[in-house]
Amino acid sequence: MNNKQSIIAENADSDADTTQKMTSAKVFWNRILHNRLAMFGGIVFLLIVLLSVFANFIAPYEYMAIDPANKFMMPCAEHLFGTDQYGRDIFSRVIYGGRWSLTLGLVTTIISTIGAIIVGSIAGYFGGTVDAVIMRIIDVIQCVPGILLTIIIATMLGSGLLNTCLALSFGAIWGGARLLRGQILTVRNQEYVEAARATNVKPFRIIIRYVLPNSIQPLIINACMSIGGTIMSASGLSFLGIGIQPPLPEWGAMLNDSLSSFRHYPYLMVAPLIFISLTVLSISLFGDGLRDALDPRMNA
Amino acid sequence: MEQTCVYQKGEDLLKVEDLSIEYTSSKKIVHATNHVLFALRRGESMALVGESGCGKSTIAKAILRILPDYGARITGGKILFDGEDLVTIPEKEMDKIRGKRISMVFQDPMTALNPVKKIVTQVSGVIRLHHPGMSRKESVQETIRMLGSVGINPNRINDYPYQFSGGMQQRVVIAIGLACNPELLLADEPTTALDVTIQSQVLDMMMDLIHERNTAMLLITHNFGIVAETCDYVGVVYGGEIVEYGTKREVLKSPAHPYTMGLLDAIPDVAKDSDRLQPIPGIMPEPSNLPAGCKFHTRCKYATEVCMSGDVPVVGLGGQHICQCHRIKEIQAERKREEEVEKP
Amino acid sequence: MSAVVELKNLKKYFDVKEGQLHAVDDITMSFEEGTTMGVVGESGCGKSTLARTIIHLYEPTSGQIIYKGRDVTHVSRKDLPKLRQEMQIIFQDPYMTLNPRYTVEDTLKEPLILSGKYEPASLDKQLSKIMDMVGISGRLRMAYPHELSGGRRQRVGIGRALAMNPKFIVCDEPVSALDVSIQAQIINLLQDLQKEYGLTYMFVTHDMSVVRHISHNISVMYLGQLVETSPTKDLFKIALHPYSKALLSAIPSVDIDRPRKKIALKGELVSPINPKPGCRFAPRCPYACEACSKPQILRELLPNHYIACCRAEELNREALAANQENVNGILLK
Repeated sequence: MNNKQSIIAENADSDADTTQKMTSAKVFWNRILHNRLAMFGGIVFLLIVLLSVFANFIAPYEYMAIDPANKFMMPCAEHLFGTDQYGRDIFSRVIYGGRWSLTLGLVTTIISTIGAIIVGSIAGYFGGTVDAVIMRIIDVIQCVPGILLTIIIATMLGSGLLNTCLALSFGAIWGGARLLRGQILTVRNQEYVEAARATNVKPFRIIIRYVLPNSIQPLIINACMSIGGTIMSASGLSFLGIGIQPPLPEWGAMLNDSLSSFRHYPYLMVAPLIFISLTVLSISLFGDGLRDALDPRMNA
Repeated sequence: MEQTCVYQKGEDLLKVEDLSIEYTSSKKIVHATNHVLFALRRGESMALVGESGCGKSTIAKAILRILPDYGARITGGKILFDGEDLVTIPEKEMDKIRGKRISMVFQDPMTALNPVKKIVTQVSGVIRLHHPGMSRKESVQETIRMLGSVGINPNRINDYPYQFSGGMQQRVVIAIGLACNPELLLADEPTTALDVTIQSQVLDMMMDLIHERNTAMLLITHNFGIVAETCDYVGVVYGGEIVEYGTKREVLKSPAHPYTMGLLDAIPDVAKDSDRLQPIPGIMPEPSNLPAGCKFHTRCKYATEVCMSGDVPVVGLGGQHICQCHRIKEIQAERKREEEVEKP
Repeated sequence: MSAVVELKNLKKYFDVKEGQLHAVDDITMSFEEGTTMGVVGESGCGKSTLARTIIHLYEPTSGQIIYKGRDVTHVSRKDLPKLRQEMQIIFQDPYMTLNPRYTVEDTLKEPLILSGKYEPASLDKQLSKIMDMVGISGRLRMAYPHELSGGRRQRVGIGRALAMNPKFIVCDEPVSALDVSIQAQIINLLQDLQKEYGLTYMFVTHDMSVVRHISHNISVMYLGQLVETSPTKDLFKIALHPYSKALLSAIPSVDIDRPRKKIALKGELVSPINPKPGCRFAPRCPYACEACSKPQILRELLPNHYIACCRAEELNREALAANQENVNGILLK
């Protein structure tokens, strides 16, 4: 038998390979769509986002509309969550407020993830002195308690959406960078990276196409999970009087507002509390599902 | 039935009958083993030979009942150990047997030993576990004796696993396995992770110990060379079934199943020159997607219509040698013809 | 036949906390065109480090690497890509050798694109050619590594090495992680490719039966040192060095009627960190003596059969006597 033919015959197809033609993207979607808790979380989060985006169609009142005659009304048919001290409809305010709170959460996470990728990749791939210097700087920064750091920077930059995002993301970059760097240190020594070097692939390309794609999962999951935490921190900042300020209906600011009248009108807290909790819960559920779906060790 | 005659050797220590094990996950059912059948007497050693994914490790784990809780199920058959069916006895009873009457040695010594405990702690702990009432001092004495028999100096008992080389670690693992004088030792590729010179030392030592204690052994391996030097009996596993069984002379000198013949042909023999190896075409089918009929027919060069469906008969070939194949006589004739042609 | 690659007194040391790790110590080897040199030894002998040093994944500490007559020991960053196209490597672990995020097409096309030798239009044709060469079916083009069996992944690894059209390929235990029946397929493939394209292989392994089958010449390493080297047939006929003898005797044989007499080695390996001069096998050698603590020289005892052992003559008296004319021939040179 001709040698070539024998090579192919020796390597005859097994049916198994043909049936598993799913790309990793399809495997991922398959898994996540079947995870009921994750889907529940994802849908709830999506609903909250949609409520905020289409607030101008859904909200019965303007979020700034003052109606002193109807102040401090209990929840009823016209005002689902009641009204506050200026007669503003709490329901309308809370769904408009999502625009600020969710934006803070998402934009902060995006900025800190990009920062983490840049810092973590440089430290992880080049190692040696570069890594040592970067890690020591991170050590020093992380000595300052996170919330304190955020407050200091927020105070320096002033209030406003972008400034608050920057303040919040500064503290979050370093944890992510450490995480990514750890992953890269492992991946860097894998044979396929050695093989890439042996076939003349340039370092930049190795980082982008070999190292990063294989080490980024923990970072993505971390990011997803931290959106919830970021929203809470943002609310905390507003609560403390920094960051987003009243009369903007950011959830934390609303919580802050409700404090002074808490004794007599406890229901004022309910709406922002529910929305913060639901958002954090739903995104955590989704993040859990995301982590499971990206885990290559589980069967499809 | 022919197969039962062969396996009834009387006073079997271990008899696996018709064992079928499945792994289920959300998507598919994996038939890890199908109707496995073999027996072993006290002091005898048997090798289960096969390639990765054929189900041999699953059989060993099933005997010890350490299959993973989720998904793995024994769907049929019995594992008779000294008369008791290990598949159905209560967990408390199984605990008394595990480690004491049946023990196991795994492949990777690095992960079999606890890295944060001294060697003496690990070995004496096992001894005390199965000899309640033994004092700590006595168990340490016993540990020293046991480690001595595997060639480890008493002055190293207070060391941690990382301070030993791979070969020494594996010897410790074997010492732990034999510490309680088990009646049956299951060894899952015990020397695969070791260098060749260490491998031969460790194997020799293991064989000496089990012969000394009349321990029966079930050795799982993919290396026929090791089989030739250690065991009395061989079972060749493919697709979760034992496709050929017999004494090692019967199977290695006169293999009957095309898979066994294929494996022996595919191994480069250090004793002779050969121009081109004879691999077995194709790859082993996924256990979740086994072919109908004879599981090997998709790769078998002697396969015909009859092999593609239906049950495969188990044929006795004299002595203790049996083989699961439709076409044994025809294959033997064809092989003779092939050999004639190759003769110069 | 000329030597494609020559190593002269090659050393690779690593700086570790405790001192210097002598991974590869003073290796002299020659690789003839179109042949396979098997490099055998057990863990810690330095064969993998040697493999990676030759293709510049590690920088040599001292000594020379000569490729086609040119000294390529220290290659500038500019010239390295060109050299890499001629000297390639196949790795051991099929599960870790491919980028999990690359399809077969990505893995095989990348070296083609990087070599700059092909027009974008002809890349597909070249890809099919390579897949054909290593026996991967065309329908697996878009498959990811986790969808392929070990044997197929290894074929992709071989294809990747071949894509650059090398002359010299280092094979670092390419079949050790594969099942027996698949090993045979890959070994046949490597031999066929060698015949067809005149490739030169350095075949690193610990499996003596595989190396017997595939290599023309063989070198035995122990803890970084070269202890014996000869044409393969000769080593298996008469191994002269005590370590080689022990190694050969340790191979389990399938022939039950001819059990081997095993040479038991006592003791453990010495540390390769800051080693003492002299033979590193001495602590375990049944024939060790005073002279073993001096540095051993590689000497030719039989035609093309070199050994580094001070007691080689007296330990192999019978074997050498049988080959007296050959020995005399060397002494007269």
